[in-house]
Amino acid sequence: MPNLNDTQIIRRGLLGRIPARLELIGVIAAALVVIVVLPSLNAFAPEGSAFHVSDFTINLYGKYLCYAVLAISVDLLWGYTGLLSLGQCLFFSIGGYALGMYLMLMIGKLGQYHSDLPDFMVFLGYPKLPAHWVPFHSFWFAAAAVIWVPGAVALIFGYLAFRSRIRGVYFSILTQALTYAASLMFFRNDFTFGGNNGLTDFKFIVGHDVRQPATQRGLYICTGLLLLGTYALCKWLTQSKFGKLQRAVRDSENRVLFSGYATANFKLFVFVVSAIIAALAGALYVPQVGIINPSEMTPDKSLEAVVWVAVGGRGTLIGPIIGAVFVNALKSWATRAYPDLWLIILGAMFIVVVLFLPGGIVSIPRRVMARWRRPEQPLPPLPTPPVEASADPAKTSPASSAS
Amino acid sequence: MKPELILTVEDVNKNFDGFKAITNLNFYLEQGELRVIIGPNGAGKSTFFDLLTGRTKPDTGKIEFGRRIDLTAMNEYEINRLGVGRKFQTPSVYVDHTVYENLLLSLKGPRGVFSTLFRRTTAAHRQRIDALLELIRLGPKRDWRAGQLAHGEKQWLEIGMLLAQEPQVLLVDEPAAGMTDEETHRTGELLISLAGQHSLIVIEHDMTFVKQIAEGRKVTVLHQGSILCEGRFEEVQANPEVREVYLGRGHKDR
Repeated sequence: MPNLNDTQIIRRGLLGRIPARLELIGVIAAALVVIVVLPSLNAFAPEGSAFHVSDFTINLYGKYLCYAVLAISVDLLWGYTGLLSLGQCLFFSIGGYALGMYLMLMIGKLGQYHSDLPDFMVFLGYPKLPAHWVPFHSFWFAAAAVIWVPGAVALIFGYLAFRSRIRGVYFSILTQALTYAASLMFFRNDFTFGGNNGLTDFKFIVGHDVRQPATQRGLYICTGLLLLGTYALCKWLTQSKFGKLQRAVRDSENRVLFSGYATANFKLFVFVVSAIIAALAGALYVPQVGIINPSEMTPDKSLEAVVWVAVGGRGTLIGPIIGAVFVNALKSWATRAYPDLWLIILGAMFIVVVLFLPGGIVSIPRRVMARWRRPEQPLPPLPTPPVEASADPAKTSPASSAS
Repeated sequence: MKPELILTVEDVNKNFDGFKAITNLNFYLEQGELRVIIGPNGAGKSTFFDLLTGRTKPDTGKIEFGRRIDLTAMNEYEINRLGVGRKFQTPSVYVDHTVYENLLLSLKGPRGVFSTLFRRTTAAHRQRIDALLELIRLGPKRDWRAGQLAHGEKQWLEIGMLLAQEPQVLLVDEPAAGMTDEETHRTGELLISLAGQHSLIVIEHDMTFVKQIAEGRKVTVLHQGSILCEGRFEEVQANPEVREVYLGRGHKDR
């Protein structure tokens, strides 16, 4: 019996329950710092004091938080459901464009050409605003479009792909092709979304000047709340029976299918949910960065998001957040310090993680702990508990693990 | 009085790019029957299960469940919901989930996306799982991840998952592979105890095991995609043709 208790402590206690509580405490603490402390220090600590957080920092962190939300959406597909999407930035960009259209119309006559039309339309000789642009004068219409347009694209694409049982690498290639095709379309001037310049030069969002630090701070807080909400939603989703089924589809789709579940519907649901999450991140990204153009849809952007998830640790919700912030912070530094080497650093990091750290950054504490505990408790500690004297494996495995 | 048929397979043909996997197959399974199918590798045994479960569609012929429910028009999960459960040749369990969760996901019940989001696990569900755990003797390992189980235990878990679905027909592909002699014997006892309430088709290679579960029952010998002979185990065993294609060759191989 002591054997059984030890293994249970290891399996459920140390590796299960305590980290779960730690994770909760960590998330609450991090959320307080990100959503309350940092913006307060930006707003109230006097400039020049050691505690002051600059507008630049707030803006930069806001961008990282958007990436973190995007990374969670990638992980929900890849880490939890086994669907490696290489086109997640398509939905991120569609969300960005939907809000960007509203922001373009809010410029009003303040543009370069002092026209009611957005600058690029004047430049390209549009006689009047295209019909599908008109309703984007309303913020709420745009906000709804941020959700339903990418949701509908994901629904249609996912329905066709999953109904045809497209799996594995074929699914990855298709998603990549989809985002590439979309980027080519958006690069065209006559597609009415500004061609390769995209949408930029924003002035106002719901009556506030987007260039004001206070507005940027508000957007930053919204992004923090979005990240927290996304985390909570995905936590609930992945811990429900649905989440168990997601992982079952990842590990043995046939077993799920032959157990009476229409796996295509489950995959479609996850695909649509993660598309909407990515789109919300994109919508908050655009007013903070000040531009959205088709280069955001090119396949390399989506691949980068996959690297964040791999580096942070897929199949967890904390991993993608850590990965997105870590890799992008590194990128901010490296592109200034060694601009030519960034892609090599990124690639090397991916290779190192795949070869030596498949669980990503979040698996480091567990690995360290496992090594630290090794002298007293051999790992993997899986002797069969002696239940019946006749059970053969019980006789052999304690002997082998003791050696 | 003739017992009711639960599965009717008539004149079924299946070609894979010119390779005749199944040729003019006729097969009938009675309600509550336990039937063993034997046959050399490549005889079409697994293809036969694929046809019954909707994984592949026959080129010609009919496959019916119970009273005239056409299985050829249905897909895998529809056929499963109808009451046909399948255990795969290589044990397929959810390796990242605990034994308990494996059974939980297999329990009979609504299979929609939203029911998995909002339905709660009830005491009745837990009792059912406990009963199954006792039956498959994995009670002490309920919180083990399925990936940590021995091969034979995975086989038992998958049988448990099948029973959790409460199917009318169980299709069991090589259940004894990777088991010790004692485990094999227990598996045989379990399958025999299920006959009557359920109808079973068992594919198996291990002749000691076949003898254990098929003694006094009907056995079907598949060879090159069609039925070589069908009859009581003792007769089939004595059939010179069967010895030639299956038992005889098996001996030479060893």
